[in-house]
Amino acid sequence: MWVRLQAEIFSPGAEIEAFVTHHKDAGAVASFYGSVRSTPEHPVRSLHLEHYPPLARKQIETFVKEATERFDLIDAAVIHRFGTLARGEPIVLAMTIAHHRQAALDGVSYIMDWLKTEAPFWKREQGPAGHTWIKAKRSDDDAAARWRPPTAK
Amino acid sequence: MQIMYFAWFRERLNTGSEHVEPPAEISTVASLIDWLAERNEVAAELFADRNIVRVALDEQMVSHDAPISGVRMVAIFPPMTGG
Repeated sequence: MWVRLQAEIFSPGAEIEAFVTHHKDAGAVASFYGSVRSTPEHPVRSLHLEHYPPLARKQIETFVKEATERFDLIDAAVIHRFGTLARGEPIVLAMTIAHHRQAALDGVSYIMDWLKTEAPFWKREQGPAGHTWIKAKRSDDDAAARWRPPTAK
Repeated sequence: MQIMYFAWFRERLNTGSEHVEPPAEISTVASLIDWLAERNEVAAELFADRNIVRVALDEQMVSHDAPISGVRMVAIFPPMTGG
């Protein structure tokens, strides 16, 4: 289990490849990779991620540990970036290894759902008309709530 | 105690952290937020909806009824948008 917070860009493919190296015979690997979104209706030049480093690490480590115990994962890891990211760049990568597909997928969902609402990161978009802080979404709270009761708040 | 602010709370208050010495009767997170809002108009506006104010005490997420005695670092921030 590990958590990495970094400003540097990373390659999701290379990270997944390295992550599974010692568990290629486990049976199931799942991952989620989120990137900086920009659409014609809502163009974004870059995304700035502010964070509270010690608490961000602590919170994500808690979610990774909880997911590992709850879904009997063989391994789990998260990379989360901070600082200024260009459109299309990876922001976050959550990876799990288990003996079965559902456990691996649920592990990734669990980590991502809690990370969205309970890891101290704040996104600020830079668009053609200036910058705006992204508002938290009610649907993210609902997604996390389905996993209750968690041990982390 | 030291108070840290993040995201648009930090931007609007024009500071990332400040040292405060609240009076002894300020004993919980809720009363600390009330006290901060009373002494600063911008804070009053930012914290108007108490439901969106998230707080960590010494790097531990807490609810507004948590006691603050002995706490060194209070972090106050809006809802998180990680991932």
